[in-house]
Amino acid sequence: MKYVFQFGIVWDHLPRLLDGAWLTLRLSAGAFVLGLTIATALAFIRNAGPAPLGAAVRTYVEFIRNTPFLIQLFIIYFSLPAIGLRFEANEAALLGMSLNFSGYATEILRAGIEAVPRSQVEAGHSLGFTRLQIYRHIVVFPALRTVYPALASQFVLLMLGSSLVAAISAEELTAITNTLQSTTFRAFEFYFVATGIYLAMSLGARGLLDAIYWAVFVRGRPMDRAWAR
Amino acid sequence: MSRDFEWPEFLFLLGALRWTVVLAIIAFVGGGIAGLLLALARTAAIAPLRWLAAGYIGVIQGTPVLMQLFLAYYGLAVLTGIRIDPWPAVTVAFTMYAAAFLGEIWRGSIQAIPRQQWEAGAALALSAPSQLRHVILPQAFRISIPPTVGFLVQLIKGTSIASIIGFVELARAGQLIVNVTFQPMVVYPIVAALYFAVCWPLSLLALRLERKIDAALGLKRHP
Repeated sequence: MKYVFQFGIVWDHLPRLLDGAWLTLRLSAGAFVLGLTIATALAFIRNAGPAPLGAAVRTYVEFIRNTPFLIQLFIIYFSLPAIGLRFEANEAALLGMSLNFSGYATEILRAGIEAVPRSQVEAGHSLGFTRLQIYRHIVVFPALRTVYPALASQFVLLMLGSSLVAAISAEELTAITNTLQSTTFRAFEFYFVATGIYLAMSLGARGLLDAIYWAVFVRGRPMDRAWAR
Repeated sequence: MSRDFEWPEFLFLLGALRWTVVLAIIAFVGGGIAGLLLALARTAAIAPLRWLAAGYIGVIQGTPVLMQLFLAYYGLAVLTGIRIDPWPAVTVAFTMYAAAFLGEIWRGSIQAIPRQQWEAGAALALSAPSQLRHVILPQAFRISIPPTVGFLVQLIKGTSIASIIGFVELARAGQLIVNVTFQPMVVYPIVAALYFAVCWPLSLLALRLERKIDAALGLKRHP
């Protein structure tokens, strides 16, 4: 029996696929913002906080980076309800993605913080800045510029990894593709098109993030603006 | 009446961990061979070869592994006309995935070797393949080890995705045990701990090797 490809049926369902892609984008953007916020706090604690807290952050980062994202999702969605923490699928997906991203971003930010010259931190000390003030006014922005390319790559990985939240029934692109292929029996065609949509999204995200880098860090002169502030 | 999570259930997880490791090794070896060819193609003098390799790597790195897995699974089914078991699909998909990442890591390692090394080889009248084999690759190999070990960790974690198409490895075994014990609060953390026990030592090894090579190259980690 020869298999005949039928992409017409995928075309008919394209709006639903795009709905899913939209949720993928929203989840990724939300997890990026939340995860980066968490990571900024964690990187500060690790860099300048009391030693036991720093060790706790290190353990957290190692746990996130050395266990599969899928299992982290299972723990959030299936295990936590046993101790009374119950989430909707989309909430669990956003939480899982944010926590996962925060683990990697903490490590990326740490590298950026270590790259800020010590003399600048000492200059802050001599001006009587507190640790938090030094972190906020001297360290964070140069560190962000250093690690921007790494964070941008990590964002693309976050978006591609988000396909796994289909396993806890969040209704993003992969889950919608799963549903459509199982009702139409056109698995290969649907996955082929969904893969193309992911590719377009990751290329688009990369282009956009590169453009932002150029606009913020290359074209303008951030040092001047940092001083003006 | 459901079973409790006890010793036999734990042994079942350990047995499944074996398939996680086997899958990772197959993908690592197969992907290593294909990745070396990709890295050579990416640094070749012939432009179309470079474009082809770059295109392949771009597509694999720009799409989710899960989608690659589905395409391999249903693609093989289309080709052979029958519903296949997950084994061929997961090995093909993870090998192709590993090839793209290893190829890109090794391309970076080859290009990190200064051009003068090629020129020194040429000055000694070595042919281009000899320059590559005797001058460039031995040096590139050394600096490629830490990121390669780091990718191995990513690959081991990534094999958990094979559970989604029903391949029984550690993650899938965890789901099966949860289905009979109804103790997700016990089982999934144990599954996570097993992954951690395999991945963490490798991560530490990668970090140590990286520091050692940085020191050998005179790079300081903490300026």
